[in-house]
Amino acid sequence: MEKILMKGNEAIAEAAITAGCRYFFGYPITPQTEVAAYMAKRLPKIGGTYLQAESEIAAINMVIGAAAAGVRVMTSSSSPGISLKSEGISYLSGCDLPAVIVNIQRGGPGLGGIQPSQSDYFQATRGSGHGDYHLIVLAPNNIQEIVNLTRKAFDLADKYRVGVMILGDGVLGQMMEPVIMDECPKTELPPKDWALTGAKGARGKNIVNSLYLDPEELQRRNFERFDKYAEIAKTETLFEKYKTDDADIVLVAYGAPSRICKNAINTARAKGIKVGLFRPITLYPFPKQELAELALSTRVFISVEMSMGQMVDDVRLATECRRPVSVCARTGGVIHTPENILDAIEKEAANFRGVI
Amino acid sequence: MVVFEKPKSISPDIFHYCPGCTHGIIHRLVGEVLDELDVLGKSVGVAPVGCAVMAYNYFECDMIQAAHGRAPAVATGLKRANPDSVVFTYQGDGDLAAIGTAETVHSATRGENITIIFVNNAIYGMTGGQMAPTSLLGQVTQTTPYGRNAETEGHPIRVCELLSTLEGTAYAERVSVDNVPGIKKAKAAIKKAFTYQTQKKGFSIVEVLSTCPTNWGLSPVAALDWLRDNMLPYYPLGVYKDKGGENNG
Repeated sequence: MEKILMKGNEAIAEAAITAGCRYFFGYPITPQTEVAAYMAKRLPKIGGTYLQAESEIAAINMVIGAAAAGVRVMTSSSSPGISLKSEGISYLSGCDLPAVIVNIQRGGPGLGGIQPSQSDYFQATRGSGHGDYHLIVLAPNNIQEIVNLTRKAFDLADKYRVGVMILGDGVLGQMMEPVIMDECPKTELPPKDWALTGAKGARGKNIVNSLYLDPEELQRRNFERFDKYAEIAKTETLFEKYKTDDADIVLVAYGAPSRICKNAINTARAKGIKVGLFRPITLYPFPKQELAELALSTRVFISVEMSMGQMVDDVRLATECRRPVSVCARTGGVIHTPENILDAIEKEAANFRGVI
Repeated sequence: MVVFEKPKSISPDIFHYCPGCTHGIIHRLVGEVLDELDVLGKSVGVAPVGCAVMAYNYFECDMIQAAHGRAPAVATGLKRANPDSVVFTYQGDGDLAAIGTAETVHSATRGENITIIFVNNAIYGMTGGQMAPTSLLGQVTQTTPYGRNAETEGHPIRVCELLSTLEGTAYAERVSVDNVPGIKKAKAAIKKAFTYQTQKKGFSIVEVLSTCPTNWGLSPVAALDWLRDNMLPYYPLGVYKDKGGENNG
């Protein structure tokens, strides 16, 4: 099949369309605007709806309405916009509605900047809004993976009735790579018999709701939701290992920095340092088990993040602090150079070389 | 022979509303209209945050409960995804005219083909009687213990007047349920609003002046008098916008 050159943001949009998404509600913000622009151009031509809302708050609530009506729906934004959507994401999750939310992260806090960042890791993996819930969080690191994971996001959302976040960064959103946009594979999914389509006299009324004034009832609902998350962790966790079999040092990175890590790893290996990469592809569920297994064979972990150190907490939790875990951090829109990562590798190597 | 019964569109549940509150009347009017237009089976209602938060228990159509103020945005998503459905929101004054002002104004200006039932009782009921955007000047509430003062709290919002300036608003009428003729007019307005939606005329809103005896600290009868004496002068009843008026006599 022919490869086409696509920008990350446009690949998200086209992949969503091939997955059957015909509804998009958004609000402009850099660096994700191409997602909305692409949808605005394409959706009206194929019987879909693109609507620019008055705010991110309204956009996510329109997503809630469309999801409740039973259709595949998506919104996209960047960091400050996701903060605004977080109220709605909590309601979406409390109502057990399926939808796909894209966050092409930029530097923060506050208005921050418009350059790439990963400083919304906590927000994405811990739920972002109020209450006991999670999103499934998918973190691609190339444009083909953006296509595949965006399609998968819709299936996961419908299968489990959860929100799924594509967590990208400004690098992935803006870069171009050749991709294959083949036919989207069809997955067998449960019927949406809960959707608000009008009862038409054929069934009792459906109610979509997140209010439970009886604490026992609310507790039961939350227990059930977390049973679902446990099932998701068991069956949907994704990761990639690169040269970890003999590694003394394992870098842990996702998204754009994971690509730079591979470059640094090959340079370090040429210098005789055994280093590899562990790349979580699902950030929630985090691949805890696999990282714990690596802790048995490796000496040290370095979490390479475009944030002050957020994922590092999950690395420490997963490995139960059996091995030292340091952070190689860049923040505010600054991207690691291969040399930055090589320096961090060599520093750790020097530490344990003295011990041997 | 049954001469008076509950509309099919209203559930057998017992309403949780306080004695003398007019929500019950307004629910019934919406139910009667859904019955008479025979649209119950394709209707989807959006419950607000406020006293009517549990309206999903009372209307017999598909229902969703929205975040505070966001009902018109949720309704927009529902309607865009399923244009043949009949979508309405049922919102109070804090929900619609304070926290949800942006969603209200923009769904109106887009001409979103939905119907809003706006219950204005000039106070926050569910949280126990705080100032609403529609509380009157001088009105004593829990958060305006010395009376609402224009210099510090600003002026009450007239929603129908505001929305009537927007091109997308097809129909905006203010009614009151303080007496039987008023209730009859309110029902006619609600029916017209839903009819306009089925005719795809655009955004329709019916503002219903309502009482809150509990938080006003008045008996149900005295509350009706208070509505007439204080709300009617500031919130005149009538049709503020009727785009389809020429075609509908």
